[in-house]
Amino acid sequence: MTATIAPRTLTEPGRDASPRPRVLRNSLTMAWRAMLRIKREPEQAFDAIAIPVLFTLLFTYLFGGALSGSPRQYLRFLLPGTLVLTVLLITVTAGLSLNTDRARGTLDRFRSLPVWQPSVVLGGLIGDMGRYVLATGLVVGMGLLMGYRPPGGAGGVVLAVALILVFAFSVSWIWTALGLALRSAQAVTVISFTVQLPLTFASNVFVSPATMPGWLRAFVNVNPVSHLVTAERALMDGTPAASQVGWVLLASAVLVAIFGPLTMRLYRSDRQG
Amino acid sequence: MTTTSQARLAIEARGLVKAFRTVRALDGLDLSVPTGGVFSLLGPNGAGKTTTIRIFATLTRPDGGVARVLGHDVTTAPHAVRSGICLTGQFATVDPSLTGTENLVLQGRLLGLARRAARARAVELLDAFGLTDAAGRPVRTYSGGMQRRLDIAGSLVVAPSLLFLDEPTTGLDPASRIQVWGAVRWLVSQGTTVLLTTQYLDEADQLADRIAVIDRGRIVAEGTPGELKASVGSGVLRVQLANIRDRDRARQVLGGALGIPVARDTDPGALTARIEGPSATEASARGLSLLSREGIEVAGFALGQPSLNEVFLALTSHTAQSRYEETG
Repeated sequence: MTATIAPRTLTEPGRDASPRPRVLRNSLTMAWRAMLRIKREPEQAFDAIAIPVLFTLLFTYLFGGALSGSPRQYLRFLLPGTLVLTVLLITVTAGLSLNTDRARGTLDRFRSLPVWQPSVVLGGLIGDMGRYVLATGLVVGMGLLMGYRPPGGAGGVVLAVALILVFAFSVSWIWTALGLALRSAQAVTVISFTVQLPLTFASNVFVSPATMPGWLRAFVNVNPVSHLVTAERALMDGTPAASQVGWVLLASAVLVAIFGPLTMRLYRSDRQG
Repeated sequence: MTTTSQARLAIEARGLVKAFRTVRALDGLDLSVPTGGVFSLLGPNGAGKTTTIRIFATLTRPDGGVARVLGHDVTTAPHAVRSGICLTGQFATVDPSLTGTENLVLQGRLLGLARRAARARAVELLDAFGLTDAAGRPVRTYSGGMQRRLDIAGSLVVAPSLLFLDEPTTGLDPASRIQVWGAVRWLVSQGTTVLLTTQYLDEADQLADRIAVIDRGRIVAEGTPGELKASVGSGVLRVQLANIRDRDRARQVLGGALGIPVARDTDPGALTARIEGPSATEASARGLSLLSREGIEVAGFALGQPSLNEVFLALTSHTAQSRYEETG
């Protein structure tokens, strides 16, 4: 049905007269949009459900026997790594959604609005936190069902999840920069995969680096993901973790310091068709 | 710097230059858009229309020149410019995964409306644009016309002082076009200035108070539609032939009778000739009777002002017309 436009009935709300953009409010509005998209497009939430479930089951039964004796023992070693791997894999969505926003012209609309411009990127990342919490909840929940009892207790697990969220947020800026720099979503997927693969697998997620060749061990030891996994194990085991946590926070800060400004530069630069 | 004239201009651009790698998209563009009414930018594809709009909407930085929009410089005060403008691009910029209501609430919240005000405004606009029935559906289920209407409704959540409409009706069916035109006219009646780019000359003719013709990154003509038509010629005879194959012969016959050059129209079955002066009617009648004596059947003819089509082709001849001549 097509109705004729009769906008004469419209009242006229005043425009926000504030001369400065509203940092918090704009970011929360953009986060609300990201949450709505997850709700409306279940595919977006799918990887946050499927990957944790698959990884926990797969890795536990694939590597568990080879690594140590009882489920409780190998889960204690594997689960923190699975947690890290799971969350890092689903951070790429941040870059993909920015890429589609640019392709659709939605970004142009936002860029010409009187909003605090970084909120467009930041809001999406805040919205993504919901997916990460869902994914970590699934991994930990399945671990508990399979007999995992974290020596660090609930407090240790909460701290471990919080640390992962901080790192995932920081890593996301790599993908937002890629999402804005590359033309197609496929390119974002391919390139991010080639970055992710060495970062996640060339780490101590599955095995101790002691058996690796020297050059690989050197990389694994500086890889921030290794530090993150070590910190996660310590937090969930209830052993001292301060120095590892410090390294992870430092790495997070460095990532944001590099890829945050880069993302915003790419965001402001104009790329026409 | 005369403040009065500046306040009256919605857009003032001097010497805008923008180059993309090898292409010089804008080459010293000057433009003054008065406040109020619809100002249309016409030009062939690649002439620089979209680049111009993107500079005014603070999306692209010019390489050279100055642009002031609503009195603010686009490069030094982009936030101030954004507070008064809205851009509706070539593609519906609404979010396909959100519902119609959610899209409008999002826009309202970003523009500073409180939650309740944004929701009330969304309901009002959806009703005004005949989208109430679809309000709760994701936008990806909307037709092209509905998406465009929602997009324009989105730009009215808080009516901007200046609205950029970049080819708002491209790809729409006639009924949706008329609805979009209605929305534009209403907006203008509320005091919004509209800068419109379009490929459709009848759209510019319908809506625009003033037109600037852009070609190769410069403004080549500017004025009211009437002025532009008059600048090309006061009178035009247009002859529609019954049989396309007669065209070349008819062109010779008519040219001989009128004593002036006869051009092939963009329509492959039509010819046009510029006739001016008091004898125009008589000369046309003579030409037409000669055509019928030669056995060339005429399906219709008209004597009048040139269409914007002809204005457009005359002004941007080196690019557009050569293309038409080759195919015609």
